[in-house]
Amino acid sequence: MYYLTKNLASKISLLPMIIISLTVFVGCIIYSFIYSLTGSKLIPALNYVGFQQYERLFKSRKWDVAVENIFIYGFVFTIGCLVIGFLLAVLIDQKIRGESLFRTIFLYPYAMSFVVTGLVWKWVLNPTFGLEHSMHLWGFDWFKLDWLVNRELAIYAVCIAAVWQGAGFVMVLMLAGLRGIDEDIWKSLSIEGIPKWRSYLFVILPMIRPMVVTSIVLIAAGVVKVYDLILALTSGGPGYATTTPAMYVMENFFSRANLGQAFAASIIMFISVVCILAPWAYYEFYFRNKEAK
Amino acid sequence: MNINSNNFQPNGPRPKHLTIGRIGMYGFIFMCALFFLMPLYVMIVTSLKDMDEIRSENLLYIPKALSFYAWPKAWSEACTGFVCEGLKPGLINSIKITIPSVIVSVSLGALNGYALAFWRFKGAYFFFGLCLFGAFIPYQVMVYPLLKIESAIGIYSSLPGIILVHTIFGMPILTLIFRNFYASLPIDLFKAARIDGGNFIKIFFYVIIPMSTPITIVAVILQVTGIWNDFLLGLVFAGRDNQPMTVQLNNIVQVDYGVAEYNVDMAATILTSLVPLFVYFISGRWFVRGIAAGAIKG
Amino acid sequence: MKNSVEVKNISFSYGKTEILNDLSLDIKEGEFMVLLGPSGCGKTTLLNCIAGLLDLTDGQIWIEDDNVTWKEPKDRHIGMVFQSYALYPSMTVEKNLSFGLRMMGTAKKIIDEKIEKAANLLQINELLKRKPSQLSGGQRQRVAIGRALVRDAKVFLFDEPLSNLDAKLRAELRYEIKKLHRDLSNTMIYVTHDQIEAMTLADRISVMKDGLIQQLDTPKQIYNKPANLFVAGFIGSPSMNFLNAKFDKSNQNLIIGKRHINISKYENTNDLIDDQQVVFGIRPENIIIDKNENSILCKVELVEPMGADTLVWTSIEGTPISIRLEGSSNYNLNDEINISFDINKSSIFDSKSEERI
Repeated sequence: MYYLTKNLASKISLLPMIIISLTVFVGCIIYSFIYSLTGSKLIPALNYVGFQQYERLFKSRKWDVAVENIFIYGFVFTIGCLVIGFLLAVLIDQKIRGESLFRTIFLYPYAMSFVVTGLVWKWVLNPTFGLEHSMHLWGFDWFKLDWLVNRELAIYAVCIAAVWQGAGFVMVLMLAGLRGIDEDIWKSLSIEGIPKWRSYLFVILPMIRPMVVTSIVLIAAGVVKVYDLILALTSGGPGYATTTPAMYVMENFFSRANLGQAFAASIIMFISVVCILAPWAYYEFYFRNKEAK
Repeated sequence: MNINSNNFQPNGPRPKHLTIGRIGMYGFIFMCALFFLMPLYVMIVTSLKDMDEIRSENLLYIPKALSFYAWPKAWSEACTGFVCEGLKPGLINSIKITIPSVIVSVSLGALNGYALAFWRFKGAYFFFGLCLFGAFIPYQVMVYPLLKIESAIGIYSSLPGIILVHTIFGMPILTLIFRNFYASLPIDLFKAARIDGGNFIKIFFYVIIPMSTPITIVAVILQVTGIWNDFLLGLVFAGRDNQPMTVQLNNIVQVDYGVAEYNVDMAATILTSLVPLFVYFISGRWFVRGIAAGAIKG
Repeated sequence: MKNSVEVKNISFSYGKTEILNDLSLDIKEGEFMVLLGPSGCGKTTLLNCIAGLLDLTDGQIWIEDDNVTWKEPKDRHIGMVFQSYALYPSMTVEKNLSFGLRMMGTAKKIIDEKIEKAANLLQINELLKRKPSQLSGGQRQRVAIGRALVRDAKVFLFDEPLSNLDAKLRAELRYEIKKLHRDLSNTMIYVTHDQIEAMTLADRISVMKDGLIQQLDTPKQIYNKPANLFVAGFIGSPSMNFLNAKFDKSNQNLIIGKRHINISKYENTNDLIDDQQVVFGIRPENIIIDKNENSILCKVELVEPMGADTLVWTSIEGTPISIRLEGSSNYNLNDEINISFDINKSSIFDSKSEERI
C-alpha cells in the first residue's frame, strides 16, 4: 500500500502521457499493421489477405519512384544541409561584423512552413515568369531552369527548397557546438600554428561529433516525413516524378480509397524510421551511459 | 645605425590587414545571404506588382508602379475551392487552433517534465521513452488510426479534435525540454521544498512554476510556430469549417481553374508566414534556444 | 543521555550499487555529529536517508523516539541546509523563510514572530525584502540556516554547507554555526569532507569510507588514536608519516630496513608478536630533532616555511618523512639532523588488517 500511494500524484499526472504512448503511438502502429494484412478498400475491414498488400506495394512502379525519390532527396538534402550549415556556422564563428544579422538571415526560412517554402520556390522556379525569365531578360538566352517541369530534375528543385529552409537550423546546432569548444583548445591550436581550416576539419569537427550525429538523425527523421513541401512545390509531379512514400500513403488513404495498401506503405515507413533511430538511440542512451560508468 | 633600425621595430598595436582570406570569407557569406534572402524579396516585390508587369518584367526588379491590388484580394476575396473569402477565415481558424493547443500542450508538457524530473517512479522512463520514440514516427503512419479514434469519441473534424491531435504530437518534445530544464535545476531546491512540507502540487505551483519562465517562453515559441505552420494535421483533422491558414493558402494557390494571379498568391503566402516570422524576429535568441532545445536531445 | 536520532541497520542501494550496508548510528540529544569522509563514501546518502529524501532499502530511522522510516521529510521535525543553499530564487528572503510555515498553514502573526527571531539571531534583518540573487554567498547561507531555524526543527541537517564559500567566509560561518549550536543546543548532523570543519565543530565525528563507519569518536580521540590506517591517513594535514616495519619482541624494537626504533613505551606492545609486520605511524609534530641513543641521522631534503610553523622533509629508508617545527626554526637543504619519535603519541597498525594495535 505504501508503495502504491507513494508518488500517487505523480502517477496520476503522468497518466495522459502513458495513455497516449500506449494508445496512440503503440496502438496505432499495431492497428496499422493488422489492417495492412487485409484487403481493406474504402473502409477498414478484417478480410485477411496475408502479405499481398506488401507484394503489391513492392511491385508498384509508383512506390519504386517514391522510394527512389526519398533516397535522392534524403541524400542531397542531408549532405546539403550539413555542408552549408557547417560552413555557415564556421563563418559566423569567425567574429565577423553583423554576426546577428547574418544569423537572422540564415535562420528565418526555418520559421516558415513547408507549404510557404514550397509555394515561394514554385514561383521563383516558375519556368515562364521565374528566374529563367529574368536571365533571358538580362540577355542570357541559353539559360535554362526548367526543373519543375523536368521529370529528372524536379526532385532536385525540392532539395533546393528544403536546403534553403533547413540549412539555418543545422547552422544553429553546429554553432552551439562550436561555441561550446573550450577557448584553450583554440589557444593551443594557434600556438602550434595549425591552419584554421585544418583545425576545423581535423580537430573541431570530431569534437562536435555529437552535434553532427544529432543533426543527421533529426534531418533523416524529417526526410521520411516529407509531404507538405512537395505537395506545395510540385504536387508530386510532373506526372508522379516527385512522389514520396508519405504522399503514396496519403493518396491511398484519402483519395484512392485503398486503405490496405496505405497501411502497408505506412508500416514500411515506420520500419525505416526505426532503422534510422534505433542505432542512434542505442548509442545515445545505452552505449554512452555505459561509457560514462 | 642602431638607432635608425630601432625605429622600424614593431611597436604598439599590430597594423590591421584585410587579408585575401577574410575578403573571400565576407564575399562568400554575402553570396549566401543573398541566396537566403532572394525568395523573401521576390515574394514581397511580386505581391506589389500587377499581373502585366509580372508577365513582362524581370522577377528580380522592384515594381515600377506599386500595386496594392493583390493584398486585399488575398485577405478577403481569393477563392479556395468554391468559397471566395480569402485568407481571413483561415487566420481566425489558425488562431482558434493555435492558442488552446499551445496552452494545453505546454501545461501538460511542464507537468509531465516536472513529474519525470523530480517524482519519477519505476517504469516512468519507459513510457517517456516510448512517447519520445513516437515523436519521430511520421504522422502519416498514425493519421488514419487516430482519425478512427477521434470519430469513435465524436470529435473528428472539429476544433477539439485538431487541438487534441496537436497536444498529442506536441507532448513528447515538450515533456523532454521541460524535463531537461527541471533536471538542470539544483536538486537541493526540490529537497528543501519537500522538507518545508510541500507536496506534489504545492511544490509545482509555488516553487517550480515561478522558475519556469525562460523554458516556458522557449516552449511557447516552439509550439506557436510548429502549430501555425502545420499543414497535414490541419488538413486531416480540422474539418472544412476549421481549416487553418496553411491549408487555405495551398487551396488558393493550387486552384485548377481561372487565371493564376501570382501577385495574389505571393501576398497570401506572406500573410500566412507573418505570424511565425513575427515570432521569429521579436524573439530572436529565444527562438534559437527553442529550436536548439527541441533538437539537441530530441 | 537519550538518543535524538537512531539509525538502525539501514541499507541503501541505487539499482545494483550498494551504497550503505547495515549501517547503524546513534546520535545523542544536543550532540553535534559530523559525518566525515572522502567523496563517494556514503555520508551524503546517509544524511538524505535521515532526512527522508531517499527511501531506504532496509532498516529503520528513529527521530525523537518516533519511527520515521516511512514518514515524509516534512513530518520528521528536521531542518536542512544545503551546499547549494537551495533558496527559492523567485521568492524574497522573507518568503523563503516563511515558505515551510505557510505550507503548514501557520498563522501570519506567529510566522512574523518566528522570522524576526531567526533574522535577529542570524543578523539578516536588512535582507528580508531582497531576492536570493541579490545576496552574497555568505548571506545566502545565513538565510538557508534561517529557514531551518524558523521551522523549530528538532534536528538540523547540514549537507556540506560551507563548501561553496571561500576560505575566509568559511571560517567565519563555521564560527557562527558553532555559536548557534551553543545557543540552541539542538541536535545537529553535519556532513563534510573538510577535516578542519569536522575537528572544530564536532562533539563526535564519524569517519566514513565505502559506506562503512570507520571510527566514531571525539575529534581528539580520532586525531590521537585513529582506529585504522585509513582514518590515520585521512585526518591531519600534512598527513601522518607511515613506515613499514617488523617487530622484534626480544628487545622491543621496530626494524625498518637497517634502522631500529625502540617502542617499549608504546601502550600496547604486549599485543604485538615477534616478527609481526606492522605500519608505524607518527604525526609530523611528534617527531623531535634531538640527538640521543635512539635517534636516527637524516638529511634535510626540502624545507616548506608556512609562517606559523615550518615543515621539514627528510626520508628514512626511502620513505619521505615530514616534520613540523616552529616557524622560527632555521634549517637548510642538506643539513644533517638527528630525529627521534615521541612513541607515546605514535600509532602502530597491523599491516594486514590495517587496524590499530
